[in-house]
Amino acid sequence: MRWHRFVLDTPAPFAARSLAALAAFAALACFGGAAGADEVQLAVAANFSAPVKQIAADFEKETGHKATVSTGATGKFYAQIVNGAPFDILLSADDETPARLEKEGHAQAGTRFTYAIGKLVLWSAKPGLVDAEGAVLKNGDFRHLAVANPKVAPYGAAAIETLTALGLLDRWQPKFVIGENIAQTHQFVASGNAELGFVALSQVMKEGRIAEGSGWQVPARLYSPIRQDAALLARGKDNKAAVAFLDYLRGARAKAVIRGFGYDLP
Amino acid sequence: MSPSGVESIEFGAIRLTLELAGLTTVLLLLLGTPLAWWLARTRSALKGPVGAVVALPLVLPPSVLGFYLLVAMGPHGPLGKLTQALGLGTLPFTFPGLVVASVLYSMPFVVQPLQNAFSAIPERLLEASATLRAGPLDTFFNVAVPLARPGFLTATVLGFAHTVGEFGVVLMIGGNIPDKTRVVSVQIYDHVEALEYAQAHWLAGGMLLFSFLVLLALYTLNPGGVRRP
Repeated sequence: MRWHRFVLDTPAPFAARSLAALAAFAALACFGGAAGADEVQLAVAANFSAPVKQIAADFEKETGHKATVSTGATGKFYAQIVNGAPFDILLSADDETPARLEKEGHAQAGTRFTYAIGKLVLWSAKPGLVDAEGAVLKNGDFRHLAVANPKVAPYGAAAIETLTALGLLDRWQPKFVIGENIAQTHQFVASGNAELGFVALSQVMKEGRIAEGSGWQVPARLYSPIRQDAALLARGKDNKAAVAFLDYLRGARAKAVIRGFGYDLP
Repeated sequence: MSPSGVESIEFGAIRLTLELAGLTTVLLLLLGTPLAWWLARTRSALKGPVGAVVALPLVLPPSVLGFYLLVAMGPHGPLGKLTQALGLGTLPFTFPGLVVASVLYSMPFVVQPLQNAFSAIPERLLEASATLRAGPLDTFFNVAVPLARPGFLTATVLGFAHTVGEFGVVLMIGGNIPDKTRVVSVQIYDHVEALEYAQAHWLAGGMLLFSFLVLLALYTLNPGGVRRP
């Protein structure tokens, strides 16, 4: 290959110097941007990605700290945090994961609190497909019903609970398409590839109403409350920005944003 | 979730993966052979662009392919409109959808070894065959194909193995449905996400062994076929 020839044909000192320069460049590229003390890395459950964007932006403006957001499935974040992922805070989609992290020493004791209570909605991108009582589940004609993976996504588990409570699980299970997390589940429905799906209300709510398509807010009696807890992780315990963010999340401005996306507050 | 028990879920994924890889390989050999022959022999100005399109899956992230396929095969995409007009519904979340995606994704692994094998056949042999009054098809099947046998072996094995190893595209358009679209690689991902490391180890170790044995067989049985392309 030409690269090898280049190195082999070049006088040794020059090649060595080029390699040293390359190594220095690589090292700079990897570590040059290392964070200062006032940057907080957030691991955020996928259902909360829209609100957290707004909250993080407001937080940065108000405090001057920097907040970096990663979104994904809570179960995946658990595995990553246990294996040393560089997060300061977890905004979980459930209350079990933060409790487990605390018990195992990966989260700071006494820092957990419920920042939002999630709501499940049966949603379609098609206007008029889903009625206000969810009768579409009893007599509907659809090819695919999107559900988040119940093993790792609390909204998926809530969907399974709902269908079980309605006695419809066996009937619709053959039509399931399973999203890796609630964001992919929403994308399956939003793109029209699945006619229907159980998603988080926060994903389809804008300014207090379902912005597009049609939806049925699943009554709270059909599934256990989705209490979403936050926790300060072991890595963030001395991070001022992390502590400031948790304070901000409890404040009135953040609460207003959270309510606007359809969540309840404790 | 499924009433059929853990073992049958694992075996369902393995069977599905083998079916997908087998069908994809057969289709790719049928489509790829004429394409590779054309690429190897043509002097057309289209050779460069077509060769580049065939090679695209080598460099594109699976997310790009998955995204475009999801949009194109969805109810509002051109492919989706076509399949709906034909009364077939839409392709995402179905086994045929995965086959279409896999054919595109594994195309270079079949076409390139074949193209290299065909290119290596000396022109004079084909001319000699023609002077003996063999028709082009006759020449192709009785001269070119036997000479390109190592290329066919490499193409078949790599096409199959690469489809078995597919993950990102299937994750994006498959919908993770047991016995329909949940292939082994997705099943492993599921196990890891759910912290079921024991099951993940079994399947992942199996994949590692399978892939090693396939490549070992290829490199020992067919050293020329691998090196020459």
